[in-house]
Amino acid sequence: MQRLGVIVVLFLAVVITRFFLLPESWISAKPHQAATVAREMAKPQHHAGMATCRQCHEDEYTTKLGGFHRTIGCENCHGAAAAHVANKDDPAATPPKHREREFCLTCHGFVASRPNGFPQVDGLQHNKGKKCVTCHDPHDPKPDEPIKGCDGCHGVIARTKALSTHSQLECTQCHQVSEQHLVEPRSALPTKPTQRDACARCHDKDATDPAAASARLDLSTHGRTYVCWECHNAHLPEGTK
Amino acid sequence: MNKRDFLKNSIVFFPAAGVLSALTCQAEGKELSASMTTGYDASQHWYGMGVDVDKCIGCNKCVEACKAENNVPGEPYYFRTWIERYDIHADGEVKVECISTRTPEERLAQQNQPLDPSVVRSFFVPKLCNQCANPPCVQVCPVGATFQTRDGVVLVDEQRCIGCRYCIQACPYGARYLNPQTHTADKCTFCYHRITKGQLPACVEVCPTEARIFGDLKGKQDRLVRFQHDNEISVLKPDLNTEPKVRYARLDGEVR
Repeated sequence: MQRLGVIVVLFLAVVITRFFLLPESWISAKPHQAATVAREMAKPQHHAGMATCRQCHEDEYTTKLGGFHRTIGCENCHGAAAAHVANKDDPAATPPKHREREFCLTCHGFVASRPNGFPQVDGLQHNKGKKCVTCHDPHDPKPDEPIKGCDGCHGVIARTKALSTHSQLECTQCHQVSEQHLVEPRSALPTKPTQRDACARCHDKDATDPAAASARLDLSTHGRTYVCWECHNAHLPEGTK
Repeated sequence: MNKRDFLKNSIVFFPAAGVLSALTCQAEGKELSASMTTGYDASQHWYGMGVDVDKCIGCNKCVEACKAENNVPGEPYYFRTWIERYDIHADGEVKVECISTRTPEERLAQQNQPLDPSVVRSFFVPKLCNQCANPPCVQVCPVGATFQTRDGVVLVDEQRCIGCRYCIQACPYGARYLNPQTHTADKCTFCYHRITKGQLPACVEVCPTEARIFGDLKGKQDRLVRFQHDNEISVLKPDLNTEPKVRYARLDGEVR
């Protein structure tokens, strides 16, 4: 009987120790995870955010909102500004105003991998030696001439096509372009030909357009079931793929 | 020790342990209260990021902003987010180059290069920790230093991390690195100190073309939710079932 009493007391002691006496951090991962979360949340910010900049620099913000740079946060160009917000009189923390060409060319220099339509210049030729800000206001940049034709954005295609026998063809010969595409390019993409008929209009043996007279084929036998652009580049038809 | 002594000592031991544990719990409470006072409820959020590959211009501003915001070492080979340039050639060969490992001068020198005629597609892909819903790095950590928060962000406890690099090996996206200053694993936190105060991560804040979108997948009217509705969405390495919360729009099939 006494032995049973000791066993019961020991069992209770173990249970009480495990569930009531030991601190949770010895048993569960939750407390140290919560401490990590608290530590992460307490870390200092270095970027203040555009809304904070706006509180003092409303004019620049409004100008920027109406221009092509509206999507760019202030701290993209001026650098992390939380120190400037904390102490606006500290000259060491004043955000820099970049005036050098290389700074603008970081985004606007020509790189072939950049998406079509993104405004790019050849930094070696475009008004060499002149600072970008003498012509373009960085808060409301305007291109020299508003973009009219397709080549404003699709320069690589335009330059290729200009050298080819298709140089006299308008882009709209093969692509239907909606007005919306000129305003918001990616919300309304132009069509691309899907059938051989697109080329057959000029290149079939029965076609009548005199411009393509030297390049007519019997399309019922030529190329079997392949579509034309699997072998020919419509923007440079002389070169085959 | 006989039974009588044992029972006598027990009478002293249990109250003493009680006092000690009370002290420990109090100290813990002080650390926990920091997160309680901000009034931020993590269970109401499930954060993610949208990346529109078609908009990235490869300016590397996101990488620089991330380094400034999170004290990432300045050397170009340490980063929490980075940009890759993909060149896909006509013969099917894919060349991948991490432009973030270049210096700004090297990137400027790469401009105005004519397009190699054998390249059929060329584009930039921003990458970062995918904040997987099913993260392999958390599974492998031997000390439980890395974990997922209730709002879906994978964090590293730098006081518990022993720097064994197991998680760096386990991450299929190469998103982790060993911080040379703390000798612990470090990774993107979605700028946890910013998003919990309602601000955007630094990379999203500075992205000039809105190629990166930050949002809350639990929010009904959230920008990221709309982004997912409006675009055809892919994730990186879907076959691994890591369920990434970084969602890509217009991602080329060659991107790994």
